[in-house]
Amino acid sequence: MSSHPNDPAPSAPAFETAVRFDSVGMRYGRGPEVLSDLSFELPSGSFHFLTGPSGAGKSSLLRLIYRAERPSRGLINLFGRDASLLPREALPALRRRIGVVFQDFRLLDHLTVFDNVALPLRVAGQARSSYAEDVAELLAWVGLGERMDAFPSTLSGGEQQRAAIARAVISKPDLLIADEPTGNVDPEMARRLLRLFVELNRLGATILMATHDLTLVNSLKAPVLELSEGRLVGQARVA
Amino acid sequence: MSKTPSKSQRVAPLLPPDSGRDRPLFAVAAILVFLACLSAFGAAGAWRAADGWTDQLTAEITVQILPGEDRDADADAVAAAEAIARLPGVEGVTALDRAEAERLVSPWLGTADLPEDLPVPRLVAVQVNADNPPATGAIEALLADEPYEILVDDHQRWEDAVQRAANAVRYFALGLVLLLTVAAAAVVAFAARASLAARWDVAEALHLVGAQDRYITGLFQERFFFLGLKSGLTGSIAAALAALGLAQAGAASGGLFFVPTLELGWSALAIPPLAALIAALIAALAARTAVSSDLKARWS
Repeated sequence: MSSHPNDPAPSAPAFETAVRFDSVGMRYGRGPEVLSDLSFELPSGSFHFLTGPSGAGKSSLLRLIYRAERPSRGLINLFGRDASLLPREALPALRRRIGVVFQDFRLLDHLTVFDNVALPLRVAGQARSSYAEDVAELLAWVGLGERMDAFPSTLSGGEQQRAAIARAVISKPDLLIADEPTGNVDPEMARRLLRLFVELNRLGATILMATHDLTLVNSLKAPVLELSEGRLVGQARVA
Repeated sequence: MSKTPSKSQRVAPLLPPDSGRDRPLFAVAAILVFLACLSAFGAAGAWRAADGWTDQLTAEITVQILPGEDRDADADAVAAAEAIARLPGVEGVTALDRAEAERLVSPWLGTADLPEDLPVPRLVAVQVNADNPPATGAIEALLADEPYEILVDDHQRWEDAVQRAANAVRYFALGLVLLLTVAAAAVVAFAARASLAARWDVAEALHLVGAQDRYITGLFQERFFFLGLKSGLTGSIAAALAALGLAQAGAASGGLFFVPTLELGWSALAIPPLAALIAALIAALAARTAVSSDLKARWS
């Protein structure tokens, strides 16, 4: 395998496991299990793809990682701590370490693109003057430099997706999880966004990207977690 | 790469403007505050009136001069009044003549001319110092040797009943204020939950980027505080105007029994601003409690 400029950082000795699942199962309410017997590990600073057909459970798995759901069985360890034992008061601190790119973007309609992207910093108590330059720079990098005062409803799907990505990465999270982050952008922008993820990974962030896009998966030498019907069917490295 | 930050330097509010969503709540809260304020004015008036009733009872003694055969009852009443006025603890006396006595019994005997020989008792109203009244039996002892009979009524037998009635009026009005306050809190809590449900996207986005619960509840609490304050001011000012109108109508009626009268002291001036502040605090607290419990339920 030849080296690629986009390749994620070579695996550095991990002092901490970012995410570890041990025999995790999950069901919504009293319904059937949507995830079964998941066991895997994301070392700190690693880059993984998460693939699988629609309905395989990719979004549910991501929801478990950012603690939107609890597992019905098994153990989830985040940054060395048992996530199920985390008191509720510890969740905000945990979430500030995790950037999430949602499939449906979840931008706030009444805030401008700038304010949407700045949201994690504002919530963390930073003054506008301290983050204004960084937000503007990141927005310019994702091609939204001229749209920072626009409202989400006036943006195209691709622009909204880039704004959502910018919001997820603005606070330089330790773990970035992305649900189909390139689903609504053209191939050139998809490559550009992937470079952003790789750059964040080089800076030390752990990345888990759920995607259908095999071209994207094949463009990096990164491990792949493959889900099928809620079970992990492969942990392969795509050539 | 552009380095120009957003043109807008204003920090945008994290909760969207209400865009009319909160207007029904504003109207309902203002009406509840209006009713609560009217009840409070009523309670204040009733308190004051009840104090007046008991004060009047304890500060006045009525002496009946029973007309004797071949006696001038009016003259007896005047003589008795003059004697009573000299007693220690007496602050004033008024002898009522036959015409005045007939007027007092007219609700029972009618206003037609009464027969001249009908023995209508004369009354002497005695104003006493409520803190230092004449000794018990002093009036009877003073007039014991007079050639006419008297009956002294120190209103003791009325006082307990009046006290009970006054307390009933006070506590009824206070209970009404309390009920309306609870109703207002319940309505605002319900509205806060509806508001949170309508803007759950905001709460969820904030939660997922690491906002503490108190940060999110603070946003809703602040919004509902000002909504409560606006509703409270509107309702309490309207109630103050209504109470003023009622007091003026009562004063202008000259005491007609079907026109309600409302007598308020200066302390009643504190009711409108206090009601507005209480409405704002209740709204803020109700919103905080509702949003906090919803957040805990949804993000366990």
